[in-house]
Amino acid sequence: MADFLLEIGTEEIPDWMIDPALADLRTKFHASFGEFAGDALQTEATPRRLVLIAKDLLERAPDTQAIAQGPYVSAGPKAAEGFAKKQGTTVDQLAKAQDAKGERYVFHQHVEGQAVNDALREKLPGIVAGIHFPKSMTWTGRTGVRFIRPIRWIVALLDDVVVSFEVADVKSGNTTRGHRILGSKTPVPVTNNTYEQVLRDNFVLLRADDRRSRIESALGTNVHHDPELLGTLIYFTEWPSVIRGSFDSSYLQLPREILSTVMRHHQRYFSVLKPDGSLAPEFVAVTNTDGDPDGLIRHGNERVLRARFNDARFFWEVDQRRALFDRLPDLDKVTFQAKLGSYGEKAKRMSALAGELAEALKADKGTATRAALLAKCDLTTDMVKEFTELQGVVGGLYAKTQGEPEAIATAVYDHYKPVSMEDAIPRTLEGQIIALADKLDTLRECFRVGLVPTGSKDPFALRRAAQGVVKILFDARLDLELAGFCEGVPGLLPFMTERIDFYLREVRDFAYDEVHAALAVPFGSLADLEDRTEAIHYIRPTEDFEPLAASFKRIKNILRQAEVEHAAGVKSELLVPGPEKDLFQAFEQVREQAAQSSSYREKLTYIASLRPKVDLFFDKILVNDPDPVIRENRLALLYSLLTEFSIIADFSEIVTEGPRA
Amino acid sequence: MDTFQDTIFKLKRYWADRGAVIQEPYDLEVGAGTMAPETFLRVLGPKPYNVAYVQPSRRPADGRYGENPNRLYKHQQLQVILKPSPEDVLDQYLGSLEAIGIDLRKHDIKFEEDNWEAPTLGAWGVGWQVMLDGLEITQFTYFQQCGGMDLDLVPAEITYGLERIVAFLQNVESVYDIEWAPGVKYAHVRLADEEQFSTYNFETADVAFLWKSFELHEAECQRLLQLFAKTKDRRRFPVLPAYDQALKCSNLFNLLDARGAISVTERVAVIARVRKLAVGVAEAWVAQQSPTEQEAA
Repeated sequence: MADFLLEIGTEEIPDWMIDPALADLRTKFHASFGEFAGDALQTEATPRRLVLIAKDLLERAPDTQAIAQGPYVSAGPKAAEGFAKKQGTTVDQLAKAQDAKGERYVFHQHVEGQAVNDALREKLPGIVAGIHFPKSMTWTGRTGVRFIRPIRWIVALLDDVVVSFEVADVKSGNTTRGHRILGSKTPVPVTNNTYEQVLRDNFVLLRADDRRSRIESALGTNVHHDPELLGTLIYFTEWPSVIRGSFDSSYLQLPREILSTVMRHHQRYFSVLKPDGSLAPEFVAVTNTDGDPDGLIRHGNERVLRARFNDARFFWEVDQRRALFDRLPDLDKVTFQAKLGSYGEKAKRMSALAGELAEALKADKGTATRAALLAKCDLTTDMVKEFTELQGVVGGLYAKTQGEPEAIATAVYDHYKPVSMEDAIPRTLEGQIIALADKLDTLRECFRVGLVPTGSKDPFALRRAAQGVVKILFDARLDLELAGFCEGVPGLLPFMTERIDFYLREVRDFAYDEVHAALAVPFGSLADLEDRTEAIHYIRPTEDFEPLAASFKRIKNILRQAEVEHAAGVKSELLVPGPEKDLFQAFEQVREQAAQSSSYREKLTYIASLRPKVDLFFDKILVNDPDPVIRENRLALLYSLLTEFSIIADFSEIVTEGPRA
Repeated sequence: MDTFQDTIFKLKRYWADRGAVIQEPYDLEVGAGTMAPETFLRVLGPKPYNVAYVQPSRRPADGRYGENPNRLYKHQQLQVILKPSPEDVLDQYLGSLEAIGIDLRKHDIKFEEDNWEAPTLGAWGVGWQVMLDGLEITQFTYFQQCGGMDLDLVPAEITYGLERIVAFLQNVESVYDIEWAPGVKYAHVRLADEEQFSTYNFETADVAFLWKSFELHEAECQRLLQLFAKTKDRRRFPVLPAYDQALKCSNLFNLLDARGAISVTERVAVIARVRKLAVGVAEAWVAQQSPTEQEAA
């Protein structure tokens, strides 16, 4: 057994690429060296190194038997000799085996397993150079190795022996490097056993978890909990330390959104909160140093933050010189999309669409249309040019400051929401309307000019826009017929339907066939669709439902075979007393009950109660009666059953375990 | 405490000691040190080259009439090109910070991913913004493509933001308070520039004149490029003057943009026009430099 250590030393790797790169390295290593066992694969990384540790590798891969197929015995001795020679043996060493065509020579060869060092030396260059990065570079020439940043050293040790290979002109060895500033100025030798300690002595904490603990234990009190930022900082540092700085409380007059954005997104600082949850005039920064003994780092960071906040205050003041609404004409100069013209045009379309939506949803049309016109105006402000991630939010804040009604300000503020499936939808109906108008406009216009997502390519994030529309309609239970807003745009309704399907399955956890059964019926509002899906889900475990679903499938087949496409109306006088007449009467009764009920669960319960009658009908009655008049009438009965109850769902979509018709 | 000019002297000395040619700024309006021919053209082709120079860089849209303590219409970049990039390039860079008086053991240095792309130059690269105690002081880029061509000798481009670094070193809150020379403030040297050019760029520039100029320079550049294609002996062909015309167009585009004179539909098209000139010049330059051309000459 031998332990293997691989350290790929690089220049600083972008934090967000590190975990995927490690996963890829692990997969590739396992695929190449699985036969050496070594289940205990560990990977670790800092900004400057990707590390893989494989414990207890076999010294040699297990031997294997190879079987070479030779000529048939009937081909004669010459052929046998030729084959034996090719295999490096003699005819008397060959065995014989029988197959469909006769008896043939075979040669059982014992293949010795490869030594682990040889295997590593052979395959590691390809594995290292093959690690996938979303954006890579060359540094040794146009046709050289591609990696995320230049590789500067490689440690490859099998126990204490160097596994020699070369990648991008870098030879593997047994020396690593410490922290850029605090560590040894020259490469430091390591062994498998000393590796981690040598790094530690040179101010590198190899393990992400150790760096996390070191940061967490130093964060101090009242620090805003921000796991995502913490996760980033772990891959920004090799020897993290924490400093706590402060800023003048007069900056707290700026909106919290702006202060937080500056601190978090631009400076990667944690905010500090007062007991009441509001911002305290303090921040916490994570450095890649061993403390800050002279307070210089704190001083420097405070100075930068002050400049940033001053900028923000300056932008705020300059931006207030022009009202948001007066900026509308400026949007004509802001590109929405090359093929789709300017944001000015988009704002006008959004406003018209918001008006239609407001009418359909019985909201105040004036509020909706004005909020839609204002929504994109903040794109021309200095604040949004500087803090693009605050688009919408800034518009909302400015609208409020400039005396726009609260409903308008809130709608503008929220209108990019939801930005993900986890994000909340806009808080108010007007906000929901503007968000819908924005996203639907983008979808309609992009589809109109053929900018449609294909495969994994979705440069205009249309899936996200569609998912946002769907989430708003479901979560707010808006009484809106989506289909009407997709009219005249080929491909859009099916695209939206995919997102609806996804939402019901992945977010609401309905089974796919329940969703398909509900979606097979043209849908009005998504709230109604969800209620129908929910009712199917509810009724499904009851004993009558799945057999009834199977019967519906049978009915559908019978009608298809008989080519019945419209109802002729059931003539009750032609019905034969017994199962047939019983079914019809039960049907009429259930139809009545279902019509009077306002709950889909109840409706479905009534429908399911038909099951015994349906079963009996199929058991006793021959639909294809020799008398065409009777036959037509029976088909009409089945047709009525199917259409009447398919308003809720197409039950034939339900996957049943029982016998199928 | 070092003045603005002291810091520049030290950086130039540092890179001169490491074999860089110390050039003077290019004498045309450019938006960044990258656009000076010492970078844009020299990174192309197979010849190694190390060079450093200060480049006053004009960004008309960034002007703030001298009212903002951190924003300038024209700022000073110290641009270093190391072609090819040496293996210890980052250590050399960190050494330059020590050389201007930054004790790295007492400060926090981080390299944050920042990739660079200049569509008008057909150029891109990957790299970092270098953060010193939370302040972005340098753009570091490994060029990958320039003038639409993949680069074989991959250069490192180090761009120091001089105002920021010196304001940090001098511990002042406004760039205008930087001491440029003993007893002479940055404001004394440059404030009038900022006030007057902000006014011109945003308010006074004559749009028709700018468009006319753009078209004239574009036509001259195109004329030269067409001529180049037909010329056999290219040794003395004015490729560099053609590039001057492209640079003029780039600056005029920035002015028109700041002036709010470029509509949406025009914008993409105008960028494409400038790019076409830059890429055309880059290709002509490479053709002129190639060994077969030189043998023929």
